[in-house]
Amino acid sequence: MDRTSVPTIADMTAQGVTPEVLFWVGCAGSFDDRAKKITKAFVRILNAAKVKFAILGQEETCTGDPARRAGNEFLFQMQALQNVTVLNGYGVKRIVTACPHCFNTLKNEYPALGGTYEVLHHTQFINALMKEGRIKVEGGSFKGKRITFHDPCYLGRGNNEYEAPREVLLKLDAALVELKRSKQNGLCCGAGGAQMFKEAEPGTREVNIERSEEALGVEPNVIAAGCPFCNTMLTDGVKHFNKEGEVRVKDIAELVAEAGEL
Amino acid sequence: MGIASIVFILLVGAASWLFARNIMRVRRNILLGKDEVINDRPGERWAVMTRVALGQSKMVVRPIAGFLHIIVYAGFVIINIEVLEIIIDGIFGTHRVLSFMGGFYDFLIGSFEWLALGVWVACAIFLVRRNVIKLKRFVQKELDGWPRSDANLILVTEIALMSAFLLMNAADWTLQQRGDEHYIAAGAFPVSSAVAGIFSFSAYSSGTLIAIERVCWWFHIIGILAFLNYLPYSKHLHILLAFPNTWYSKLKPKTEIGNMDRVTGEVKSMVDPSIAPPEMAAPRLVAGHEVTDRFGAKDVFDLSWKSLMDAYSCTECGRCTSECPANLTGKLLSPRKIMMDTRDRVEEVGKVIDAKGKWEDDGKSLHTRISDEELWACTTCNACTQACPVNIDPVNIIMEMRRYLVMEESKTRPALTSMFNNVENNGAPWAFGPDKRLDWTEG
Repeated sequence: MDRTSVPTIADMTAQGVTPEVLFWVGCAGSFDDRAKKITKAFVRILNAAKVKFAILGQEETCTGDPARRAGNEFLFQMQALQNVTVLNGYGVKRIVTACPHCFNTLKNEYPALGGTYEVLHHTQFINALMKEGRIKVEGGSFKGKRITFHDPCYLGRGNNEYEAPREVLLKLDAALVELKRSKQNGLCCGAGGAQMFKEAEPGTREVNIERSEEALGVEPNVIAAGCPFCNTMLTDGVKHFNKEGEVRVKDIAELVAEAGEL
Repeated sequence: MGIASIVFILLVGAASWLFARNIMRVRRNILLGKDEVINDRPGERWAVMTRVALGQSKMVVRPIAGFLHIIVYAGFVIINIEVLEIIIDGIFGTHRVLSFMGGFYDFLIGSFEWLALGVWVACAIFLVRRNVIKLKRFVQKELDGWPRSDANLILVTEIALMSAFLLMNAADWTLQQRGDEHYIAAGAFPVSSAVAGIFSFSAYSSGTLIAIERVCWWFHIIGILAFLNYLPYSKHLHILLAFPNTWYSKLKPKTEIGNMDRVTGEVKSMVDPSIAPPEMAAPRLVAGHEVTDRFGAKDVFDLSWKSLMDAYSCTECGRCTSECPANLTGKLLSPRKIMMDTRDRVEEVGKVIDAKGKWEDDGKSLHTRISDEELWACTTCNACTQACPVNIDPVNIIMEMRRYLVMEESKTRPALTSMFNNVENNGAPWAFGPDKRLDWTEG
């Protein structure tokens, strides 16, 4: 991957081109080594589908989600107002992001601060691309493989999106195996509410171990995630049970890119 | 009018007056909270109330408890039609005044009897679940002491009321069989006729049976009036508050956190000096006490009145806690305890107001009951709000209390302070500057 395959909105605007959608990369997607792979997989999908997208690049900054959830409303609003100014400055109408936390904040919390956009989670976006026939992926390496999906709280319970990620997985001809606690009853990975950035409070067990144990219990080949934080938590959990050789934790975007050899 | 009628009228009057007074006290306590206007999307609100409170849609997510609860719920709603007749009979000294309805009356009394039996059995099973099987959510430590007794007392009272109702009918039915003058043949008694058989009522003298019938009649109605007045002191208040509480449900996406408009004003003036900072809101007069506007919640005055209604609506079933990832992994946090602590604190504040005529600071707050450790264990996953059968929102209280800790007391977890610094300085929660933000595109 090189810079040319990832245009920034500043460059595009300078060329007089309006992107079809803004890809909000998010901090995890930009800086976390594991999440960067998800970002790249999603970019490969966007390019394969010939989506005219752009990123904010260095003008992107944290949505403020962890600050707000950790009680720092000032910091949240400083971030949010700055982002709204940038997004409105470019006349952004439509945003896609691979992070359910960014998704929730941009979609639900920015309107109160003057930023109203159509915001999509990348699983919704990929699902739409597939339905429109803009990308064609046939099962390939995942045909018949047992895949289980861990619902991110901020996508599922938070925003009532349970089907888009599942529809994408079914298009991979995979055998979708549901966890006992799924959809509305999905168990958190343990990272939400700014927990990602702190040690867990004292307890008998880590939340991600509890969840990973449940996921490993259905004997999947792949645990599919739709959130960079869930991905980290579950990857750590699978390692805790020494199962990283047999069970892979993959984002939906990575599975699609891999299946379609994009 | 006989002496019994006069005693009856006085009893009903006194009980109604007491109940009204207590409900007004609960209402006053709820309104100690911050003002919040909740009246958007009324159509949707009525639909949520109908589905969730009236239709018990979230109860049946757990089929066994849900089914049993619906029997008790339907039993109490429907059997209370009987109370109407009891009140008329009590005032005028009549007996089964509504029996002129004939076949329909038989149907009513017959269905009351089956429901009464159903309630009796369901409550007995509930007692077993709590005290014999000891389901985890019924023995967790926040229920130690009064809450556990409260739960058992409610179940035992319901069983006693249903027993009195069925024994009363059993005696009545036996007397009807004998053609007693006062006990005209009316109603169908599918359950109590069997009860009469079990207790061999046919062997009793009519005088004894009349005594049993009268004692049970009085016990039943006095029991109901006493129970009514017990509600405002008990978790059982949910039978009333479930309805308004679901009407005022959060309709926004579960993970959306409300904006603090005052902060918006301050941030805007920090960024652009030409914008004047917002004026401090004038202190709010609550129960004769000036409450200054603060960031987040230190005490119940700083929470929305809806959070306080949530607290009074909680029946401590613990479904929230049994789904909470923090609680499941041994952390101190229990969403149910958050609600119980909030209610206990409002009650505590209410008692001071009752005693002194106005609120005087007692040196305590919500934070006296709810520790920082509990607050920092929440992942905001909303499993609790999803699980709650009456749409209570513990996350909102947790968030408001976190806001107070951070913005008023500068109390947080060290790692979160680093995260704040990173966001502030680098625009990311980690120590990577904006110059690194595009590094992923290379290679």
